[in-house]
Amino acid sequence: MNFDFSDEQKQLRDSARRFLEKQSSVAVVRRVLEGDEGYDRELWQGLAEMGFTGAAIPEEFGGAGLGYLELCVIAEELGRAVAPVPFSSTVYLAAEFLLAAGNDAQKKNYLPKIAAGEVIGTFAYAETAGEVTAERIKATVSGGKLSGTKIPVADGSIADFAVVAAQSGSGLGLYLVDLTGPGVTRTVVDTIDPSRKHARIVFDGAPVEQLGSGDAEAVIAAVYDRAAVLTAFEQVGGSDRALEMARDYALERIAFGRQIGSFQAIKHILADMYVSATLARSNCYWGAYALSTGSAELPEAAASCRVSATKAFQHCSTNNIQVHGGMGFTWQFDCHLYYKRSNLLALNLGSLSVWENRLIARMRARNSARDAA
Amino acid sequence: MNFDDTPEEAAFRQEARAWIAANAPKHLKEELELSGFGGLYLKSEDPMQAGKAWQKKKAEAGWACLHWPKEYGGRGATPIERVIWGQEEGVYAKLSGLFTIGHGMCGPTVMAWGSEEAKRERLPTLASGEEIWCQLFSEPAAGSDLAGLRTRAEKATDGSGDWIINGQKIWTSGAQHSQWGLLLTRTDPNVPKHKGLTMFFLDMRSPGVEVRPIRQMNDQRSFNEVFFENVRIPDNQRLGPVGGGWNVSLTTLMNERLSIGSGMPTGFPDLLDFAMATGDVDNPAVRAKLADWAVKASGLKFTAFRALSALSKGETPGPENSIGKLVAGAMMQDIARYAMDLQGEAGVLTNAADAEARGKFQAMALRSPATRIEGGSDEILRNIIAERVLNLPADVRVDKDVAFNAIPTSGRK
Repeated sequence: MNFDFSDEQKQLRDSARRFLEKQSSVAVVRRVLEGDEGYDRELWQGLAEMGFTGAAIPEEFGGAGLGYLELCVIAEELGRAVAPVPFSSTVYLAAEFLLAAGNDAQKKNYLPKIAAGEVIGTFAYAETAGEVTAERIKATVSGGKLSGTKIPVADGSIADFAVVAAQSGSGLGLYLVDLTGPGVTRTVVDTIDPSRKHARIVFDGAPVEQLGSGDAEAVIAAVYDRAAVLTAFEQVGGSDRALEMARDYALERIAFGRQIGSFQAIKHILADMYVSATLARSNCYWGAYALSTGSAELPEAAASCRVSATKAFQHCSTNNIQVHGGMGFTWQFDCHLYYKRSNLLALNLGSLSVWENRLIARMRARNSARDAA
Repeated sequence: MNFDDTPEEAAFRQEARAWIAANAPKHLKEELELSGFGGLYLKSEDPMQAGKAWQKKKAEAGWACLHWPKEYGGRGATPIERVIWGQEEGVYAKLSGLFTIGHGMCGPTVMAWGSEEAKRERLPTLASGEEIWCQLFSEPAAGSDLAGLRTRAEKATDGSGDWIINGQKIWTSGAQHSQWGLLLTRTDPNVPKHKGLTMFFLDMRSPGVEVRPIRQMNDQRSFNEVFFENVRIPDNQRLGPVGGGWNVSLTTLMNERLSIGSGMPTGFPDLLDFAMATGDVDNPAVRAKLADWAVKASGLKFTAFRALSALSKGETPGPENSIGKLVAGAMMQDIARYAMDLQGEAGVLTNAADAEARGKFQAMALRSPATRIEGGSDEILRNIIAERVLNLPADVRVDKDVAFNAIPTSGRK
């Protein structure tokens, strides 16, 4: 058994960490948080130059062809750095939809540009509150034109193209839309984590190109499972960083004449943060294994790491503030960057309860198959 | 990243599997699968005899205490081979519960500190299950604060060099079945508490040893009180230097940590099966609870896999492995109560004939408080994680530099 990343993958992690500590410093994150630009261009270009945006894109489409384990390693570091870039929208979603459902021409058109950091993509899915289901999607394609409203769309205000889920005469379908073209109106919406901008996009007769002809819901489910693993790695990276911040503060802060980290009340909070972050990391390794090997376990592994990592990041970011006391509630301290990101990531890709239901449905199917055998 | 055996590991697994298939007591399989949560209950055979028979059979074929050297009754196997054996032995490992403390803790301590003679005399019969060992550490006034123990060992005045033991131990699992015990004593009360301790092993059949089983809240009797009244131990049964007992005890406790990979039960697979059988799983509120426990159970499983990977690379498992019992213990308690809640008023029933799921969740509810205390309470485990993994400052220890006999013994003024 070798249930760990390889030495090369650990080296990649170290170089990603060094790069992000410099290029995605807290100052950079705060500039996006407080600004209107939508993302940090220099960081985004740097990620492309490092080969990160194309890490899992095959070489024939201009990628580095490294693989999904490498992408997991990169995702963890992006989460740790609360990187203010459209990486998840472009790499975990848009690129994956193209790989899963795109024809050769579509892949050749978009994937090399994603790998080069020349385009930003996203997935436009939700329209109303509640779990996104095919029935709740009202956006419609007719005669090659899309009409309807999508909100919230991650990176919707900065993306060059979107994969859009919309109805047509033959049911739910997936479409590629040029967001810089006609019939597209987008406005930035306020969200819980302004370091990652979201938009409302109104389509009014926007020209589309069909993406795949199969069962769109099955494609979405498959891409979401893959994205769930990668997002979970971001959540684990964020959990670890929040734990470190709390630990460091507990060592530095003196109260009642002692380091507050010497009080069991604080120690036990930190120990519980370590436990949840560790359980999430271990689930994520399972997800990484399943993602990289194309294992039939992927749906269950993806839901497990998604649920576990969502809980861990929320737990760690929440208690990081608690350990910091009042200072943790200030704009000046960095705790809120992690708290906000943890709440954003808990909802992007579908909320915790949606994934909890999915997990148990999948475990149930496995047990039923076992009992039938 | 993979779960695959190396070719050597695969060959070992194959050999273990074949031997188990040919030799395991298959007639007990079903009963063993239903047995759990605090004891081995067999109707068709005496559990002690069944356990000893399986251990002897394993020992004769070289499958006992795999990681011990051959000359002491083991196989000289690697740590990862030991884990593979455990995976293959599966449900039959429940038959070896009587030997867990001897094999996992007492044996390795004798191995590290005993004389060659002691090792050759004591270890093979421990490996083969002919003799059972217990660990005599905790006392009524020394649990989490183990170094506060008071059982005295004093040099005999007859010039024999023997030691005379007086005092009391408690929470000693399996003492009533044991022939030998690993005993931590105080030899010098005039120095700070960690410095005045000395370790021995003793024959439990010695005059002056009295074992009294404790009736536990779940009406079982697996723990005991052990009383010592002028019990004589020869000096050649001392392990480590006089006054060095604390260091010796750390060997014991570190070996406890090495017993990873077997996995603590969490109750989750039982709960999922139960909720599926009753149809409760159709309720989204139930699914949310199940999902929370599901990811803890899988998180523990894969944390153990990561520890095994480190082990197979030759790394030593560290204090981070404290999370297994910390998570599993509380989880078992929560799951038991939730399953009983799903049973409604019938949840009060405990008899296998009347109760849902043969009463396993009720048994779990009544056993789980002990899991959260034995072998390091939840609170001690959190301290270990905080201090040794996260490097937070050690607790303020007001008794650290005080002679043991000057430490207060009561909170009453």
